[in-house]
Amino acid sequence: MATADHSPGRLKVFIGMAAGVGKTYRMLLEGHAEQEAGRDVVIGLLETHGRAETAQVAEGLAIIPRRRVRYRETVLEEMDLPAILARRPELCLIDELAHTNAPGTENPKRFEDIEAALAAGVDVLSTLNVQHLESLNDHITELSGIRVRETIPDAILGRADEVVLIDLTPEALLERLRAGKVYAPERIDAALNNFFKIENLSALREVALRQVAEEVGAKRLTTELVGSREESLAADAPHAVGERLLALVEPYPGAQRLVRRAWRSAQRLGAGLDLLWVRAPGKALSADEQRSLAALRQLASVLGARMIEEESDDPTTAIVEVAERRGTTYILLGSSRPARGLARLRVPLPQRLMQRLPGVDVRIVADRSQRANGESAEGP
Amino acid sequence: MNVAVIVVVACAGALLGIAAGYWLPPHGRMPARERVEGERRILLPFTGEEISRRSFEAAVRLAKAENAIIMPAFLARVPMNLPLETALPVQCARGMPLLEAIEQRASSQGVPVDSRVGRGRSARDALRKLIEQEHFDRIIVSADEDPRAGLSYDDLRWMLDRVPAEILILRPAPEDDRRISTEAVKGHF
Repeated sequence: MATADHSPGRLKVFIGMAAGVGKTYRMLLEGHAEQEAGRDVVIGLLETHGRAETAQVAEGLAIIPRRRVRYRETVLEEMDLPAILARRPELCLIDELAHTNAPGTENPKRFEDIEAALAAGVDVLSTLNVQHLESLNDHITELSGIRVRETIPDAILGRADEVVLIDLTPEALLERLRAGKVYAPERIDAALNNFFKIENLSALREVALRQVAEEVGAKRLTTELVGSREESLAADAPHAVGERLLALVEPYPGAQRLVRRAWRSAQRLGAGLDLLWVRAPGKALSADEQRSLAALRQLASVLGARMIEEESDDPTTAIVEVAERRGTTYILLGSSRPARGLARLRVPLPQRLMQRLPGVDVRIVADRSQRANGESAEGP
Repeated sequence: MNVAVIVVVACAGALLGIAAGYWLPPHGRMPARERVEGERRILLPFTGEEISRRSFEAAVRLAKAENAIIMPAFLARVPMNLPLETALPVQCARGMPLLEAIEQRASSQGVPVDSRVGRGRSARDALRKLIEQEHFDRIIVSADEDPRAGLSYDDLRWMLDRVPAEILILRPAPEDDRRISTEAVKGHF
């Protein structure tokens, strides 16, 4: 039984690129190991999907039976959260973290059930496919052409004490699929023709590896800072790890280049990207500027960036406010036109931003066409 | 007398400096060259990771001759099961470097560039939407069945029927195997 002090339980998530990589199997093996070490372990919910080897490895672990939930004319089987909370094991194995519960249960989503168990002091092992992460859903849908409807907020994974990647090469997974180790024989052809294509799996594997690498990096930074004198830094660590870029744009053709560069940087950092245009109050746009603005909005939408438009007489203050509001860690801007007259005495915008936004990197994006001048920019 | 003149000239200079310094609004940072309106525009649509070098060079020649702007346009395809407004990071990972390569190469030859991204259910649908929103005087495309290079023959026929602009379709030639590709990008883009 869990201790009565109600210290929250620990969550360990086994994540993988797709069904069939062995997440549930590995979770069950860990359950056995914990049980052999003397802990009270139960299975709260297990989805074997008819896989004999998974069912076999579950033998020897106590299972809390599912409960029946009536929904319209159907009877559905769901995890019995009240029974788990009443039993209060030390460790509970709960498969499929992203599952949506039937109406009429305590919580709409299984991750909320898991949070309840953790709050009751129960340690939880769970499983997740990477396409169920909310922030990756669009990306993976575009990769695979299949939209996954059950998603969980990324913060749930961020809250996990441990994230373990269950990795398998796409070739090995396809071999398992063809051997009938993932789905029943009648579903194999459909799976091979839809989701389980080598290019899909390769892309998903890359996403899963990247996701876990980011989680590990985030955890490491937090761990290094916790316990040090700089406790305020530790509190800020999750924000510091979650990079967010802000590109300062204006409706003119060169802004597209800046946005592309910012997007590439955001991709490399795994960061979100905002575009900001600070418009002078009452400023009328020329026809060309209107077209450029429409093109910028379109580019932002296609890239998945957020276009923010602010009206202000004081661009620096407007930029600072947006950067603070959005948790910006990098600001990118194009090179300025040389100042004239006494404007030379004015502190340049990058310096003003650095003074007012300590801790935010400011990057001036060069015009590469100047560098390319005189060279051949031809592909092979 | 001389001192008074010097003082007056200095004051006038200072006033002019102040006027010049503050006359420029803080928003006006972009080079004046890129704000020119009313120039001719040449659309250079593409769908993949590379573009025919002949069509690019034709666009540059015409742009120089007509003092025109080249508008390279990446046409992204949205799968039917996704909303039309969806972000397309995977396709953009292919299209953005090529836009950058085209822009770098054209700019290095003194030709201004104003890039676009079109989005639709097909390349033709994306082009149709772009045509509805944008003004341009000419389109340059390469007649090439290779989908990596651009539009299909059917798309070209559709353009001839529907697009209200001059259309320059370049006949395939031996040198068409030379392309501007994403590998042409200078720097770490």
